[in-house]
Amino acid sequence: MTSQDQAREAAQPRAASHEQPKPAAHGRGEAETIAPVHLTPKGEALAKLLPSALEAFHPVVGADIDEVTCRVPRESVAEACKVLKTDPRLTFDYLRLLTVVDYVAADHEFEAVYHIYSLEHRHKMVVKARTPESDPWFPTVTSVWRGADWYEREMHDLFGVDFRGHPDLRKLILPDDFEGFPGRKDYPLHEYDEY
Amino acid sequence: MTNIRNTRLDTPEESRPNAGLPSVHGPQVLTRDPRLLTGTVGGTTGGTTEHSGTPHTPALARSPQTLDLMLNMGPQHPATHGVFRMELAIDGEQVVDLIPHIGYLHRGSEKLCEHEIYSQIITLFDRLDYVSNFNNELGLVLAVEKLMSIEVPERASYIRMVLCELNRIASHLLFAGTFALDAGALTPSLYTFRDREKIQAIFEATSGARMMHNFFRVGGIKEDVAEDFGARVTQLLSELDRGIDEVDHILTFGEVFLARTKGVGVINGPDAVDWGLSGPALRASNVPYDVRVYEPYCLYDHVEFGVPVGSQGDTWDRYYTRILEMRESVGIVRQCLGQMKPGPIMAPLRRIARPPKGEVYAHAENPRGDFGVYIVSDGGEKPYRLKVRPPSYCNLMALRDLVVGQYIADAVVILGSLDIVLGEVDR
Repeated sequence: MTSQDQAREAAQPRAASHEQPKPAAHGRGEAETIAPVHLTPKGEALAKLLPSALEAFHPVVGADIDEVTCRVPRESVAEACKVLKTDPRLTFDYLRLLTVVDYVAADHEFEAVYHIYSLEHRHKMVVKARTPESDPWFPTVTSVWRGADWYEREMHDLFGVDFRGHPDLRKLILPDDFEGFPGRKDYPLHEYDEY
Repeated sequence: MTNIRNTRLDTPEESRPNAGLPSVHGPQVLTRDPRLLTGTVGGTTGGTTEHSGTPHTPALARSPQTLDLMLNMGPQHPATHGVFRMELAIDGEQVVDLIPHIGYLHRGSEKLCEHEIYSQIITLFDRLDYVSNFNNELGLVLAVEKLMSIEVPERASYIRMVLCELNRIASHLLFAGTFALDAGALTPSLYTFRDREKIQAIFEATSGARMMHNFFRVGGIKEDVAEDFGARVTQLLSELDRGIDEVDHILTFGEVFLARTKGVGVINGPDAVDWGLSGPALRASNVPYDVRVYEPYCLYDHVEFGVPVGSQGDTWDRYYTRILEMRESVGIVRQCLGQMKPGPIMAPLRRIARPPKGEVYAHAENPRGDFGVYIVSDGGEKPYRLKVRPPSYCNLMALRDLVVGQYIADAVVILGSLDIVLGEVDR
């Protein structure tokens, strides 16, 4: 059982109590598998290029299935994104998705994930950064892509993660008087009681 | 509910996206006309005579004594296409600021997905963009299939494409009808709803439901289509050809319609990309980004189709791009029917999908744009985290830039041209 499984079970005690105890390795007698990586030639070229292009930010380049991933320290997210957008070899001008993933139970951290795309070179990548749960903030990337505006507001609503420098972090999809952070794993999902 | 508040516009006139762009109305629509301030034009802009009549300068758009009227629009308003609400700061008939409010339909879909197995999530996806259900389902199953490295049988892919393209036509027909209503034309909506209903009838015959189909499965589709499916769709396509032409003839080059839409709500290509616009809203600004071409999925690399783009990025272009797109979709459906062969419709899989550990992002071209699904799997039968990239959410983000500087009536048309679905915006 991985740390993420433990996190999931710890996060949903009520759901777990309804279920039968899980046999080892999901009852299949197989070892847990990891999705294989198969990058396109464009992805491989990008993975070779990134360490030098982002040298100042100590990037950790990896891959998820068909996406090149690049982990940077959270303090330098905005500057790294700026470089990714302006470097003529990269020109990541299109922000597809910005989201936050809760790894609090496993690592006491939140992860910001930026899916970006270059319309000119037609290549894609994922930028990732982590912040400790005790002081959750990332620098805003609204100055790089204006389309990050609502994504950051929404993540601020749901996860309580601050995006420093964002021009207007009012509540977006939750009511103004809502308390708590429903995106987090420790926020209970009220299920129907069984009678 | 209205109240008077003194607000100042925080963006200077020159930096607005519409500044300096040509318009069929002449520049007075895009920049604020000094004659309106002095009250010499018309007599319809109530309150303008109170202005001191200081000459218009870009640095000071109006006299300092002017009060903006805050006008609330929505969430219960027919022109906001659902439960969208905007606060408009208006000066006479012109919008000087816009504050959008969303979230009235927030159901926490993404959080719910973390508590459901993948086959149950399909039903939640039906309810995101509730006028293009098949396309939503496709986004999800593509993501799970990519995560599990599943090869989908060819016949299943073709049936998916046929249904998705028909759904695109149905969605664009709904758009054309409601957009015409926004612009003040009633008749086209009668034609478009008639044709849309024919498509829904095919969907009902295929999946058993008019709208919430729950038809696609991880690895294929729920069941094969009926024997007469090909014949019925072929018959439908010829009716659609005529129906699309009818709408096109009634609406597209009508003088009043052109006056309402040409040069209104202009956004240029680089700005549209910066905001993350996608779909027809982006292509109207002459950016030919279409997921079906840039990163083909299903068997879109086996069919030929064009990607219509606009040149001005105005409201009319956003409308006409969709009309042209419907014709391309008809062509795609014809090719799919021709290439479809009998065969299996499901990949051999366990009943409960259990993807390996990993992260995946898959996306598809929905009627509204680039619909993406990001899944973090921990190796369990439920996703650890699931996030949707809703195209209308990104398109709606740019609304303020499009509307500020225009008239109130144009705000309605511009919002209509973005073709938002609140189920998807709020999730």
